[in-house]
Amino acid sequence: MSIEAKKNSQISLDSEIFKPEDEQTVSDIIRDCYKKNLPIEIIGSNSKNFIGYNLQSAKTLDFSNLSGIIEYLPEELYIKVKPGTPLVLIEETLDKNNQQLAFETIDFGFIQNGKSNKGTIGGYVACNFAGSRRFKLGNVRDHILGFRGVNGKGDIVKSGGTVVKNVTGYDLSKVVTGSFGTLIALTEITLKVSPKKSSQSTIAIHTDNSIQVSQLFDKILSSSNEVSGSVYIPDEPKNKKYNLNKSEIFKFNDLKYEGSFLAFRLEGDKKSIEERKKDLTKELELNKFKISTLDFYQSVLFWQKINNLELFTSTRNNILRVVIPPASSEKLMKYLKNKYKFYIDWSGSLFWIEVEDKEETNIKDIKRFVLDIEGYLTVIKKSEKFSFEESLFTINENGLLISKKIKESFDPKKIFNPGKMYREI
Amino acid sequence: MSELALPKIDENVIQKKDFIVRKLKKITRSENVLSHPDEIKPYETDALSAYKQTPLTVVLPEKTKEVSEILKFCNEENIKVIPRGAGTGLSGGALPLQDAILLGLGKFNRILEIDFENKCVVTQPGVTNLGITHAVQHKGFYYAPDPSSQIACSIGGNVAENSGGVHSLKYGTTTNNILGAEMVMMDGTICKIGGKTLDQEGYDILGLLCGSEGLLGVITEVTVKILKKPQSVRAALIGFPTIEDGGNCVSDIISNGIVPAGMEIMDKALIVATDNFAKAGYPKDAEVLMIVELDGTKSEVDNMLKQVGEIAKKNNSNSIKLSKNEKERLAFWSGRKAAFPACGAMAPDYYCMDGSIPRGKLSLILKEINNLSKKYNLAVANAFHAGDGNLHPLIMYDGSDKEQLRKTEEFGAEILKTCVKLGGVLTGEHGVGIEKRELMCEMFNDNDIQQQLSIKKSLDEKNLLNPGKVYPILRKCAEEGRIHVHRGEEKFPDIPRF
Repeated sequence: MSIEAKKNSQISLDSEIFKPEDEQTVSDIIRDCYKKNLPIEIIGSNSKNFIGYNLQSAKTLDFSNLSGIIEYLPEELYIKVKPGTPLVLIEETLDKNNQQLAFETIDFGFIQNGKSNKGTIGGYVACNFAGSRRFKLGNVRDHILGFRGVNGKGDIVKSGGTVVKNVTGYDLSKVVTGSFGTLIALTEITLKVSPKKSSQSTIAIHTDNSIQVSQLFDKILSSSNEVSGSVYIPDEPKNKKYNLNKSEIFKFNDLKYEGSFLAFRLEGDKKSIEERKKDLTKELELNKFKISTLDFYQSVLFWQKINNLELFTSTRNNILRVVIPPASSEKLMKYLKNKYKFYIDWSGSLFWIEVEDKEETNIKDIKRFVLDIEGYLTVIKKSEKFSFEESLFTINENGLLISKKIKESFDPKKIFNPGKMYREI
Repeated sequence: MSELALPKIDENVIQKKDFIVRKLKKITRSENVLSHPDEIKPYETDALSAYKQTPLTVVLPEKTKEVSEILKFCNEENIKVIPRGAGTGLSGGALPLQDAILLGLGKFNRILEIDFENKCVVTQPGVTNLGITHAVQHKGFYYAPDPSSQIACSIGGNVAENSGGVHSLKYGTTTNNILGAEMVMMDGTICKIGGKTLDQEGYDILGLLCGSEGLLGVITEVTVKILKKPQSVRAALIGFPTIEDGGNCVSDIISNGIVPAGMEIMDKALIVATDNFAKAGYPKDAEVLMIVELDGTKSEVDNMLKQVGEIAKKNNSNSIKLSKNEKERLAFWSGRKAAFPACGAMAPDYYCMDGSIPRGKLSLILKEINNLSKKYNLAVANAFHAGDGNLHPLIMYDGSDKEQLRKTEEFGAEILKTCVKLGGVLTGEHGVGIEKRELMCEMFNDNDIQQQLSIKKSLDEKNLLNPGKVYPILRKCAEEGRIHVHRGEEKFPDIPRF
């Protein structure tokens, strides 16, 4: 169908928002914008649009109508979907076959406005933010087998396939995942799926000693007992600047004690869980601590709360996502102690930190500290008063240099989500 | 073998050879620059030994700064550069060009840091894959990806090829197991990508670099993740009366939520060949033989093994052996690991193919290969990494018979095209290199290839880094693409290939 014909049917190029229903229409719209040098904002359902810089764009390409499961073959361990497919629909479909997205998804709706809103798969892939299982089973990028999409010139391109072992050409799935819609408008995504484990259990170790916590994280990472979640929830700060809702959020019948705790998750069949629990009791010297054990149902709920970021529900403050080498967790814990509200995931590698809007200037210091310990920091949620003095994403000089070149190869006129991640791309 | 099209030779560069050698000797120690024909002969091919080409000169730098200066010089002087690790690649990715400098990373052979606290190893690219495991195994750790050539292949080469191995179904390939790299771009810029953290902020440059076959940058340092060894490993050896039964069993195991550490299939021809060769005690009445390896905690492994046995029975298995100890487990593998040399003993020559297909299509492709075997009147033995659908058909022929060679090439091309038709891909783990270059258009259209070439151009504007590899030169689907082994004279015959 020609552009002219489309004008008369489902789309109008003069309108601000396009809602294409097929790949060819996406290509036609982008090709036209490319010719006219018109910047385009690419959106799914806007569930994570608050992350990154705000855009000024002439056009909006809304993918909510390019939705649906194209092919799901449970025995082949993959699902092929359109980008506007709600993440919840994918998770429900997989669940019926006792399968899941192994990287575990985060629900950013809670920190935005207190309600669940997982958004679309396209948006999720664009962000590459995996949940608690990441340290064991990889990030979103490790589960994308292939894609189709439209580049900044309007060309339809594909990469990868549906098989796990594939070295045919550059692995573009990796570079596209986490690019915040600045490289390509995805039109089809193939994800690797995994069998769900039949049971799970979570053990909470009650301690507030940062040395002990970092030692426990290390022992968990050094264990062959396949721990699939490992978090530390401190009962701080005590300075009342923050809504310390920890005891409300983590109210479980079997969580026996108040105060800070480290919790780890075991998944598998019940016999295997029991066997690994025994092993870990020795490895972690659990007899030295006060322990609580959450059964299957409590455990599932516990990790949902973690991955909903419920500790920061509806916050008006800034939320930072910090990733560091795991052995530096003790240093960062000490730095943050009693000053900020935070918790640690990925067995010491991932910190979620809340910074009061009045203390925004402290973000700069936290970032410097994080860079010193060779980590990186992303400002996920900005308070209303955020001044943008500090960049939202971290990148080094050469990383930016290469990124600019990659950007140019996909989107030479920089029309996709300009400035969403870095001002220069 | 068919005549291979290579990038246009720059006579200007060949005439400047003396100048180039002098310059290189200023950048690195003079003994690191090889130009005598006897010295550079070992570098004229990699493990795809059917293709040979003498490079202009060979340089073996010792420091990242030297690599940077060499690349900067070559970029300024328009000299092509072919990076090379251990030269064990099977797709000709390190094949030299006569007007190119061969840049060997063999002297980058030190492990720089073993960081047990952060569960990673920082290493130079010339260290072997197995060398990393050897450095950390005293504390019960290992590096997960295990390509069959792991005793000799370098970690830098693994990154360039995104190497996998028998255990990639559960543990992933190189791209899922590295944290950082130092890379030198063609203009000499030294870049640090990632580090000791999980993932990086911004574009996943490490993911792009991994599997880029030396076309985007030269890797001078790699940071890999290390894992704790599983507590228990056991295997099952299962025979099936028909191809369909074996294929269905693979799908059923996966459908039942079991992710084996490894799952291998051999057909009748290979069972007989390997058993004669390695005396592994395989059941000779089976049409298809499967090895399923499971790892984890003891009770979990025992339980899964029991389930695998039950699933196999439902799929009409006619023999099941479960390993009782490590010796028995290794015995199960001994025949499979002897697959390639066993084929070498059966015919003067064999071609090894490498494609991937959806697991559920295993019996379809096996039947198709058997039909093609009859059509071409050439024997074929099939080895599959069935868990991830990666297949290695071995076509046996006599290379001294030109007609047989032609037929073998046709046969091989038909197999690869069938893989793509069945929803699979051209190469699962050997890489495209020069070997499958002209077949890329079976899988990708002009837009797809153009997008990839745009990335190449953006990072290596003059197309000087490993030119002529991966992307089609002829733009036709040439019938190329297998390991060529004549009278057992495989390159690196002592490296196991499976």
